[in-house]
Amino acid sequence: MKVEINDSKIYKVNRRDFLKATSISMSGLMLGISFSCTNTSKKLAGNPDFTFSPNLFISIHGNGDVSLVAHRSEMGTGIRTSLPLVMADEMEADWNRVKVVQATGDEKYGDQNTDGSYSVRMFFTPLRKAGATVRLLLEQAAAKEWGVDASECKAQNHEVVHSSGKTLGFGYLAEKAAALPVPDESSITLKSPKDFKYITKQSSIVDLKDIVTGKAKFGFDSNHLPNTKIAVVKRNPEPGAGLTSFQAEKAMAVPGVIKVFTLNAPGFPTTLNKPLGGVVVVAENTWAALEGRKALDVSWSKGANADYDSHSYNNGMLQRAKTKGKVRRENGQVDKALAGAKKVIEVDYMVPLLSHAPMETPCALAHVHDNVCEVWAPVQDPQGTRKALAEALGVDVKAVTVNVTLLGGAFGRKSKPDFVVEAALASKTMGSPVKILWTREDDIQHDFYHFPAAQHLKVGIDANNKVTSWLHRSVFPPIGGTSNAAEKEASGAELSMGMIDLPFAIDNVCCETHEAPAKTRIGWLRSVANIHHMYAVGCTLDEVAHARGVDPIQNVLELLGSDRNIDFGPITSEYWNYGEKPEDFPWSTARFRNVIETVKDKSGWGKSLPKGSGQGFAAHRSFLTYVACVVEVTVDANNKIRIPKVDYVVDCGIPVNPERIKSQFEGGAAFAASLALKSEITVTTGAVQQSNFHNYQVARMSDAPYETAVHIIESNEKPTGVGEPPIPPLIPALCNAIFAATGKRVRQLPVRLA
Amino acid sequence: MATFQLNVNGELHKVEAAPNTPLLWVLRDNLSLTGTKYGCGMAQCGACTVHLDGTAVRSCSTPVSSVENKKVTTIEGISSGEELHPVQQAWIAENVPQCGYCQTGQIMSAVSLLSKNPAPNDSEIEAGMSGNICRCGTYERIRKAIKRASNTSAK
Repeated sequence: MKVEINDSKIYKVNRRDFLKATSISMSGLMLGISFSCTNTSKKLAGNPDFTFSPNLFISIHGNGDVSLVAHRSEMGTGIRTSLPLVMADEMEADWNRVKVVQATGDEKYGDQNTDGSYSVRMFFTPLRKAGATVRLLLEQAAAKEWGVDASECKAQNHEVVHSSGKTLGFGYLAEKAAALPVPDESSITLKSPKDFKYITKQSSIVDLKDIVTGKAKFGFDSNHLPNTKIAVVKRNPEPGAGLTSFQAEKAMAVPGVIKVFTLNAPGFPTTLNKPLGGVVVVAENTWAALEGRKALDVSWSKGANADYDSHSYNNGMLQRAKTKGKVRRENGQVDKALAGAKKVIEVDYMVPLLSHAPMETPCALAHVHDNVCEVWAPVQDPQGTRKALAEALGVDVKAVTVNVTLLGGAFGRKSKPDFVVEAALASKTMGSPVKILWTREDDIQHDFYHFPAAQHLKVGIDANNKVTSWLHRSVFPPIGGTSNAAEKEASGAELSMGMIDLPFAIDNVCCETHEAPAKTRIGWLRSVANIHHMYAVGCTLDEVAHARGVDPIQNVLELLGSDRNIDFGPITSEYWNYGEKPEDFPWSTARFRNVIETVKDKSGWGKSLPKGSGQGFAAHRSFLTYVACVVEVTVDANNKIRIPKVDYVVDCGIPVNPERIKSQFEGGAAFAASLALKSEITVTTGAVQQSNFHNYQVARMSDAPYETAVHIIESNEKPTGVGEPPIPPLIPALCNAIFAATGKRVRQLPVRLA
Repeated sequence: MATFQLNVNGELHKVEAAPNTPLLWVLRDNLSLTGTKYGCGMAQCGACTVHLDGTAVRSCSTPVSSVENKKVTTIEGISSGEELHPVQQAWIAENVPQCGYCQTGQIMSAVSLLSKNPAPNDSEIEAGMSGNICRCGTYERIRKAIKRASNTSAK
């Protein structure tokens, strides 16, 4: 989650860089010769040693190849493909001639924190402008070459074509374009959507073949530096707490183990950046490191959270949730309206600690030498990683290079660079490259967990069957508490994810919180506080519908009221619009209504189903994307829950890469099914009780939806992200479907029907 | 430490390793075959799946000392030259991967499944693939790709 999102600086950066266009890389003789490609006389290529880099993101080589920089991290969303496609489309490059180059962490690229589902939202227009600028330069270069007016020249498919039919290739024009002055932004014309070749069209990800052949390089696969040592760390089960003593002899006796040393524990709160400390075992190979660690004798100190027991902690949150809390949004008089209600729904919802468990555990290769540091790591936030490394090593950020590998899943875990800092500190100690690997046990027991949350809701319905009051109390330890012990209560941004952004036209609304100090590392997990808020709100709405005797979809549409852009300003001062101005990305009840009405239609809502089956509905706007969802479940005699069908309707503005939007929703449904049906972290005496996939379970094929239909609304609105929005509505829709199938309400996750 | 002679993807290799070293780490550390992935270390997730004499096994839980005289096949060894294995082709046609990390293990499980049952139905696919976790949730496309590969092979 990123609370402060600045307007993109990318175009300005480009402008500045355009002025540096003289620093074009050149080598060899500048003969300006043109290559005739194969058996055509077209001038396609130019000086093969020449590279025209009109901005940070785009380079055209003399041989006609185009390099496009991917500055966001690829963790499975397809962003390494989608944003380069946007540039290629605008500059009329042939995608087959494009090579994608992964950026290192550097602020010159603007924001690189691949988080919060905002990569497309933030960079769609700036990168279109970057591409369109290059297109114009190439057209101007061709016009000059031919001695014609630029208006007679049009770039298309890697060539510039004159109205007479003659053509010049991008490679040939690269050097000519480099000699031209940078066009003013006002002279750039973006393509009309009807002319898009790649944007909104189907495409495959650039790494597809490498992935299926095993050639793709993830962080775990970095093995290119000679003399690299492998390290694992034994950490105190209680995060942040320190070490009393250790015996290295047995570990050192394992063949291949080279060195055993300690890293300081940070105390608690740990911060998001600092390693947990512990005992580092460095070896010549992975197995020796693991066997060496197993042989260590370690005695740990108790820290501030040695008595943390998640069961009693969660119960404590629930008890507080039942009492009057700190008011975060208040409209009308909830207490009075509830007192006068004919029916009152009063419900509690519990969500446990949850772990990210990306398939690739945290890992990093670092080489610290001569006061410089270079790392290869699967990180979502390469600039944040760079800063954390510089701070930990006491060097300038310019001495740190962060190479971003492919990420084998992340879901928020790899926004935090603690594991990369571990690798750098180990490399510094060893004086050689060191690769830190986390085992699955390390990952599950030392994560930055999704908040445990207790919620209490009370909804009043009057004699006219109208919903008159909505009280929602949410208690969970804020992410800020992981860095600052004084932060004990949810932030406005966290509450704007599914609680205080309640869009319904209900006269009396009150949202309250209580303190809940962090007792372990809390971090953001795919869709963050929307997970628990939407679970509670979506299920409560279903209970309200049944209490009113109204169809659940009809119920939500009625509560939504008239079409309007909701102005949250007067409603609550704490509303956060995912870092965007409400005028740029308003909360549109019309768009929300549209996805809901569409899902009703597409899903066959209300169709007759056999006994033990049911449909459930929920809808939510998160990360500025509107999603409605209908889930169909079957529950057999053994309480095995299956999901034969999910229907999603998504309005994410212009669907930049529809194929990857669909895959995000298919996968998001399975991810959400894990959270709803399978996963739970518990803690006793400060230590996480789960350790691997046998006791921290996630969805396997039989748990995931059999079919997920994704219906994308055609739109010309500004594009918004899709990485996180699939998660929140699926969980309540699934629980509501379980109710429809069994008559049992699910008020605690994960679902336990027996 | 001991010396082992391994047959990996049709090539003989001599490796030095402790006898209880899981095959996974020998493949990755000694032979630089990094297409086989670590995911759990206890045969729970299938990311490390390779074939021993054509049958899928979890290399994270298979000691190197147990694989001498057996043919080890990894993801790097299933295509013939430039032509990808039909299962890999099906994976591409269905655009299965998201992050991609688990997919080599998924493919190795699928190849093994199809070699024993060329036309699996849904429940047979589910059973055959139940040992492989994909945290990105590409299961629906995995099933489609297996069916596609099954149909291709049948033709």
